[in-house]
Amino acid sequence: MSVGPEDIHKIAHLARLKIEDDKIVKISEDISNILSLVEQLQKIDTSNIEPMAHPMDATQTLRVDKVTQINNRDKLQSVAPNTKDGLFLVPKVIE
Amino acid sequence: MLNKTVKELSQGLTNGEYSSVELCQHYLKRIKTHDPKINSFITVAEEQALKSAEIADKTIAEGNATPWTGVPFAHKDIFCTEGLLTTCGSKMLETFIPPYDATVVSNFKKVGAVCLGKTNMDEFAMGSSNETSYFGKVINPWSTSEQLVPGGSSGGSAAAVAADLVPIATATDTGGSIRQPASLCGLTGLKPTYGRVSRYGMIAFASSLDQGGPMARTAEDAAMMLNIMASHDAKDSTSINRATPDYTTDLNNSISGMTIGLPKEFFNEHLSNALQDTIQTAIKQLESLGANFKEITLPHSDLSVPAYYVIAPAECSANLSRFDGVRYGHRCDDPKDLMDLYQRSRSEGFGGEVKRRILIGAYALSAGYYDAYYKKAQQVRRLIKNDFATAFNDVDMILSPTSPSEAFGFGSKGDDPVQMYLEDIFTISTNLAGLPGMSLPAGMINELPVGMQLIGNYFEESKMLNIAHQFQSITDWHTRSPQNN
Repeated sequence: MSVGPEDIHKIAHLARLKIEDDKIVKISEDISNILSLVEQLQKIDTSNIEPMAHPMDATQTLRVDKVTQINNRDKLQSVAPNTKDGLFLVPKVIE
Repeated sequence: MLNKTVKELSQGLTNGEYSSVELCQHYLKRIKTHDPKINSFITVAEEQALKSAEIADKTIAEGNATPWTGVPFAHKDIFCTEGLLTTCGSKMLETFIPPYDATVVSNFKKVGAVCLGKTNMDEFAMGSSNETSYFGKVINPWSTSEQLVPGGSSGGSAAAVAADLVPIATATDTGGSIRQPASLCGLTGLKPTYGRVSRYGMIAFASSLDQGGPMARTAEDAAMMLNIMASHDAKDSTSINRATPDYTTDLNNSISGMTIGLPKEFFNEHLSNALQDTIQTAIKQLESLGANFKEITLPHSDLSVPAYYVIAPAECSANLSRFDGVRYGHRCDDPKDLMDLYQRSRSEGFGGEVKRRILIGAYALSAGYYDAYYKKAQQVRRLIKNDFATAFNDVDMILSPTSPSEAFGFGSKGDDPVQMYLEDIFTISTNLAGLPGMSLPAGMINELPVGMQLIGNYFEESKMLNIAHQFQSITDWHTRSPQNN
C-alpha cells in the first residue's frame, strides 16, 4: 500500500493539519512504510470474529441523571487563548 | 544517602532521622546538580514542594503520618497538576496550567507525598526513545562514552529514578512506555490491568490502551505505589469498579510450584545471544525458588505491532482533535479564518511524530478504509486476547524479554519510524489485551541494564509483584546504579 503527496494533502485536510511542501515526499514515504507494516493484518482471516472494543467487554457505565457538578466555567475558561463575556473567540465565520 | 527506596525513606521520616523538608532539599539539590546533563525534568516545583514538605513535617509531628507522608517523588508530565505547568512534552501545551488535578495526582496528595516536579517524556507519549520531546531529549544516566536513550515514552521518569533524583516517579504505558524505559534504565516498572488506575486528568493518547503505573527501583516500592495509584473512579468511565487489594500483602509468599510460561514467539531472531543468556540465567534463578517453566504459544503475536499501529493512531487522531487553538493549548498568531486557525495552531503545536500518527489515524478512519483497517485491527485484537486466555489455562504467569536490546544510541534507529516501532515488539500485545505487564532488572549487557517482562492474567498484579520481589530477594540487579552519580 502506498500513498502519494495528493493523498497526504487530503488526509492532512481531514485532520486539520498543514504539511509544508518540502516535507510532503518524506511524509508520504513514512506513511507508506507504516501502512505496509499494517498490511500484514490482511493475511489473516477474521470473518466471524467480533471486533474487540474493551478488554473485559465492559459497556459504558451510566449515572443517575442529576446535577452533580458546580459551574466551573470561569476557572476552566481561564486557560483559553481568547475569550470575552464567557465566550470563546474565533475569527469571524459569518459575513 | 544514595539510592534509598520509599520504604527506607518512610522509615527514616518516621524515626526522625531527617525531616521531609531536609529530604526534599537533598533531592532538589541532586536535581540541580545532575539534571542539566540528563534533562529528565521539564518543571521543578521547588517552592510548592517545600511548602508541602513543611505541612508533611507537621503531620508527622502530630502522629498522623501515612507511609507516604513527606516522601518526595515526581509525576510524568502527562498527569494534570492544578496550578503547575503540564506540557505532555509538547509545544501545544507549552504554557498549559491545568485548572484541576488528575485522580492519580489527588491520590498522592491525599497521602501526603511531596511532588518535586514533572518529568520529561516523548511528545504526547508517542515514542520509544524520548527523542520526540519538544523540551529536548533525555539522556540515559547509564550512558558512558556515547549518549544513550533512556527509552520512552516515560524516559524522564525512568532517568530521574535511575539517577536518584527522586526515589520513584509516576509513568504511563500505551504500548510499552513504562516497561521499556524501566528495562533500559535498570528499574522496576509496572503497567496495571486496563481500568485499574484512573485515566482522569491523564492526557489521552490512545484511550483503550493507556494506563498509568509505577516506576520504581524495587518491586516492593512498585507495590506501595500501586496501592496509591489504583482506585475506582467515577470520573473515568473505563475505571473498573473492583476493590483495590493491598499489593504488598503477597510479596513474601513462596513462588514454589508456580508455573511460568515462555512464549516461543518471543524467543526469536529479534533477541541477541547476550539477551538470550541473560533471560536463561534469570529463569534458572526463578527455578531455584521453585518455579516451573513450560513453553507456550501466542500464535498471533506477530500481528500485535501491525494491529497497534492502526488502533493507537486512530484513537490518537480522535483524541488530539480537541487541540483546536480555541479552548486551550497553542493558538497561532493572526488567524485569517477558522480553517487557518485550526490548521496553523495544530501544525505549529504538534511535532513530527505526533503529526505522523494523526495522519495514519485519520487515514485508517476515513470513508472507505474503516473496515479494512480499524475493524480488522479490532478483530485481530480479540485473537491476541484469546491467545493469552488459552495460555493462562496452563500457566500462572508469562515471562519474556522486555525489549529487544539494551539502551541504544540517539538516532541509531535511522529515520524510518517503523524501526523504532519494533522496539515495543514484546510489550504491545499486553496493552492490546488489557493485561498487566511489568519489567524488572534481569541482568547487565555491556555494562548496561536489561529487563525481563512478566505478564499476568487480569488483576493479578499482586502475583507479578510477588514473583518480582522474590527474584529481587536473591539477585542484586535492582540495587545497581549508574557510576557517574
